[in-house]
Amino acid sequence: MADHNNTHNSHGGERHEHGSIKSYIIGYIISIVLTIIPLVVVLNDMMGRTATIAVIMVTAALQFLVQLIFFMHVRDGEQPRWNLITLVFGILVLLTVVIGSIWIMGNNQIGTRM
Amino acid sequence: MAQSPAHGTDHHDHHAAGHHDPQDLKLLGFWMFLVTDVIMFGTLFATFMVLRGNTDGSITGAEVLEMNGIIISTFLLLTSSFTSGVAVLAMNQNKVKQMIIWLVITGLLGAAFLGLEVTEFIHLVHEGATLQTSAYWSAFFTLVGTHGVHVAVGLFWMIAIIIQIVRRGLNSDTRGKVTVFSLYWHFLDAVWIFLLSIVYLMEVM
Repeated sequence: MADHNNTHNSHGGERHEHGSIKSYIIGYIISIVLTIIPLVVVLNDMMGRTATIAVIMVTAALQFLVQLIFFMHVRDGEQPRWNLITLVFGILVLLTVVIGSIWIMGNNQIGTRM
Repeated sequence: MAQSPAHGTDHHDHHAAGHHDPQDLKLLGFWMFLVTDVIMFGTLFATFMVLRGNTDGSITGAEVLEMNGIIISTFLLLTSSFTSGVAVLAMNQNKVKQMIIWLVITGLLGAAFLGLEVTEFIHLVHEGATLQTSAYWSAFFTLVGTHGVHVAVGLFWMIAIIIQIVRRGLNSDTRGKVTVFSLYWHFLDAVWIFLLSIVYLMEVM
């Protein structure tokens, strides 16, 4: 649904809501910056352990958003946005699995040395 | 979209789908596949994070992971995500030749990424880190390898789409395929961001 305009409209390029070369270049530049920030922080040992993890996760989450908005056009499309609803559900399952696994195995004595 | 003139013209050939365009539904269906893929990668990430301390007294990632190759891979894949988007833009302007050139560039970048990944795996195995070495390395190779397999499948898929467009030209069917492929390729780049962050950066910090 995100890219739905160009699938049946041979003149999709004229639609303002669809991605333009400008939005792709902006997304690309932001992605590069968001990749370089954690690399510099990690490879130069600039911060403490907790701060480094925070920088890595925040820049990764932001870059994921940049991909969704500038490249995958998740904001485009007609209402209701079934693609967005599906994605939110998927991320909910994802977070439950990831956080739940780490939490429960961290409390498991025969589990892991976290 | 229901009011757009373009929509009205192909209204006759999809009674079953109500007011939806078949290509729209295909795109939504593919999007749903990607969401299930997100959940699959999520379980592999969860496994990796739970097992990352279990190195069985053997080699750890911090000892043998080479960041230089990983940094190059990251920029290769990021650039290929960008070029696959530019290919869709060229397609929207009906520039078939440009679109194919951008797709080929995307494919070459993807192939270079895969080449670096294979080189990395060979290096790791020579250092004594294999799938059987420890729980850490089992989780590592499963997670990174699954992403690599996705990239490899994407490459073959893209070659098939290019061949089809050269033979049949652009129509609503082949347009839909290119759109769906670029969505898949952006998704792989998004997964790689988390591989870089969680598997590599957090290991070498």
